[in-house]
Amino acid sequence: MRHPIDRREFLKLAGLGGVVFASGLGAARGATLSPGEGADDDFYFVQMSDTHWGFEGAPNPDAKGTLRKAVAAVNALSEQPDFIVFTGDLTHTTDDPKERRRRLAQFKEIVAELKTKNVRFMPGEHDASLDSGEAYREFFGDTHYTFDHKGVHFIALDNVSDPRAMIGEAQMQWLAADLERQPPDANIVVLTHRPLFDLYPQWDWATRDGTRAIELLMPHRNVTVFYGHIHQEHHRMTGHIAHHAAKGLMFPLPVAGSQPNRTPLPWDPAHPYRGLGFRDVESALRQAQFHLTELPVLEGVTS
Amino acid sequence: MRANRRRFAIALGGLLAGAATFGLRAVAQPSEQVIKVVARRFTFTPGTLTLRKGVPVVLELTTADVLMGFNAPDFQVRADIVPGQVARVRLVPDKVGTFTFLCDIFCGSGHETMGGTIVVA
Repeated sequence: MRHPIDRREFLKLAGLGGVVFASGLGAARGATLSPGEGADDDFYFVQMSDTHWGFEGAPNPDAKGTLRKAVAAVNALSEQPDFIVFTGDLTHTTDDPKERRRRLAQFKEIVAELKTKNVRFMPGEHDASLDSGEAYREFFGDTHYTFDHKGVHFIALDNVSDPRAMIGEAQMQWLAADLERQPPDANIVVLTHRPLFDLYPQWDWATRDGTRAIELLMPHRNVTVFYGHIHQEHHRMTGHIAHHAAKGLMFPLPVAGSQPNRTPLPWDPAHPYRGLGFRDVESALRQAQFHLTELPVLEGVTS
Repeated sequence: MRANRRRFAIALGGLLAGAATFGLRAVAQPSEQVIKVVARRFTFTPGTLTLRKGVPVVLELTTADVLMGFNAPDFQVRADIVPGQVARVRLVPDKVGTFTFLCDIFCGSGHETMGGTIVVA
């Protein structure tokens, strides 16, 4: 399968084990900054995803400890982010509504330890698809919403509360109305759980009406999408819109189509937590870019 | 470290692969094979559909319990399977090989393993 990213463009960061690149948002794509140069409204946020609290199984023998390690790793960052987003599948699914609420409560208690208190949540299908998001809303409020931060308009889209993996007509109209209020050159970030494009429908890596959402976004020149669901880093362009999938924080999944089933990759005792991590997203508005850094679970944690 | 992060840019390439999936309600013609497929949490029976290239079939889909979805993305065929109703989809295999079908409506804790195989000879 052809990788959509030119790997030569990646920079391996010594000492971090992470990857940096910039998601160009506008005419200044490719611009660089000198050390110390930057606008006052630059900021960064952290994306965490697919924590699957409540999962138990061989793919992660530290299922009860990984989320806490990730929280410690974020807290250990030398500069705390402006905010943190969780892009869904906070909990692992259960058919028992009481157990679902218990897992959501435990998850909320653990992430309350984050130093950064500005935390944005959204559901994944594991949290919300069996009860249309009812339990999720009891703990975290609306499943779709917008907020603005230092010149960037963020849109959290819910493509999981409908078990058909749809955004749905009502939310689509809400999205259209919100976008109508944004100028064509607005800096827009969409946060969602599933890919909006057909990444690999054979493994349910798609949003059934995601194409329509992308069509609504297309008139805007500066749009970037951050999502989860596929438990691995992935980057794709649809026209001028960049889509970035984040690693998960419970178990990694295989590359699309690389094996018959989407079963989790096995835990490697020689490389514990391999394939898990979170993402630092840095906004450099003057360059109309986002710079991404992939960080491992144990980043900055000494014990 | 943060300043270093600002130095690098990448040009991304690629286009939307806009393969829409859709359901096709159908009534079998007299000569067309009909295959009955029963969905229940979290299996399809039969789990393997053996077809011939170019030979149309009609799948009659029912569910034994909750709302399910049938999706064969490689053939752009999908349908909701509503309890108490029969969903019919017509499928004309246009390629040889082994392909996946899956339930694409989240139906419970075993949903992610609910799928089957289409073998086209």
